[in-house]
Amino acid sequence: MFPALGEKVYGKPLVYLDNAATSQRPEAVIRKWEDMACRCNANIYRAVHHFATQATFEFEAAREAVRDFIGAADKSEIVFTSGTTASINLVAYSFGERFVGDGDEIVVTEAEHHSNLVPWQLLCGRKKAVLKVAKVTEDGYLDLEQLAGLLSPRTKIVSVAQVSNVLGIINPIKEIVSICHSKGIPVLVDGAQGIVHCTVDVKDLDCDFYAFSGHKIYAATGTGVLYAKKKWLDEMPPFMGGGEMIESVSFEGTTFAKAPHKFEAGTQNISAVPTMVPALETAKMLRGAEDSAICEYMLDSLTSDPRITLYGVPRRTSDKMPVFSFAVKGAHHEDLALILDKMGIAVRSGQMCAEPLMRRFGLTGLLRASFAPYNTLDEAKYFITSLDKAIKMLI
Amino acid sequence: MTLQEAKEKVIEEFSMYDEWLDKYEYLIGLGKELEAYPEEERTEEHLIKGCQSRVWLCSEKRDGKLFFKADSDAIITKGIISLLVGVYSGRTPEEIAEDDFSFLDNIGLKENLSPTRAGGLVSMIETMKKTAQEAI
Repeated sequence: MFPALGEKVYGKPLVYLDNAATSQRPEAVIRKWEDMACRCNANIYRAVHHFATQATFEFEAAREAVRDFIGAADKSEIVFTSGTTASINLVAYSFGERFVGDGDEIVVTEAEHHSNLVPWQLLCGRKKAVLKVAKVTEDGYLDLEQLAGLLSPRTKIVSVAQVSNVLGIINPIKEIVSICHSKGIPVLVDGAQGIVHCTVDVKDLDCDFYAFSGHKIYAATGTGVLYAKKKWLDEMPPFMGGGEMIESVSFEGTTFAKAPHKFEAGTQNISAVPTMVPALETAKMLRGAEDSAICEYMLDSLTSDPRITLYGVPRRTSDKMPVFSFAVKGAHHEDLALILDKMGIAVRSGQMCAEPLMRRFGLTGLLRASFAPYNTLDEAKYFITSLDKAIKMLI
Repeated sequence: MTLQEAKEKVIEEFSMYDEWLDKYEYLIGLGKELEAYPEEERTEEHLIKGCQSRVWLCSEKRDGKLFFKADSDAIITKGIISLLVGVYSGRTPEEIAEDDFSFLDNIGLKENLSPTRAGGLVSMIETMKKTAQEAI
């Protein structure tokens, strides 16, 4: 079903455990991608010819599939972007332009990916606003009390990951949203990791924004989604100007199309966006497959090994997504990743685009094994055995 | 031993190992044997930052030749450093500045030198070349 997963590297069957960075793509996605390029490549919306009509139909079908997948009220609340990073930048720019001013405050957390940190820093720089940072406890949980204490009448938005790409702990988004809403503060959820393993219902979460990437959930690269409540999209000014986002253009002034088109300037990723349909079907089919068995096995193996320190140790197994970042005493993460690579195992090592979090734990980097629902318990076992061999080579 | 001979010796030693893990075992051994790095030179100025391993590099010029000392917190990188220091330390700045360091490709370490942010090794080579250019 996933051609890349059948590949061999250095003569060994590939065990792909870098899913938090990007997932592999199923056959159906690859076919759709190809099909869009071969069968109906045309620019969408404007032209009346057959290809254009077909392409528009496929593009809008993807919007409906996304709406359905995350339980949004209306298709117009789904904006296509190039990925989570672009989605968050869109909000930081556009929401920031309209609602954030001198002395206002933005709240993020210590566990954020750089993509949910740097756009807000840029906004703070432009608007002379202040960035406040919520803390993470020693076991990798968000300190909700401390977060609540940061909220003030100047807080304009809280932006938080549903699941940290390092710690793998699922944050209590509903609770965070409820705390923030009680003070009239909107919440953006970075769902880059969460979308893969959690069932997401944006109406139930009641978040104001939800951002995720297609490529982490089996769709083509360069696809991303910004969900936003209609009231925000209506009030936010356009992010980029260009084709398709306008209603009427003249030199005296231009009026803009309604959301979501207001935020989709220029030619869209026509061939890739329709792959969201088979990708999300695959996601529904695979969801949760071996997650809990893998989680339990990995947690047992990693926490019982005195050489290993796991970051993000869940209080309950159900709080953990199968993302495991850890340090090995006396063995450098880069060495371990190089050796594991030659055993056929793809893992990530380094700072995982979360330097502030590394600093918080006093680390220069970690080794991360991140599983997708297509990974098996056997692969987890092979990983643990190989890790032990790699450690023994090094110490 | 000329620079060319030193490189050929490394290539020959590496050709004894077919298996990747054996190559790594060899590099780990070299890394462990690397001459201790002078603690007073373990400064921010001499630190080459990478996303992954950190590399320290310092040099001095004696009798018209450049001598390098280096270290890393990752042992495989340290092994490669040991190779580089062994081959290039004690050469003239001209020799180093003109070299393309491509012999590392011949021993299959190219991916350790890929232009990702992975290691400090690429930056280390650049720093060695720059040091040599400045010393001419």
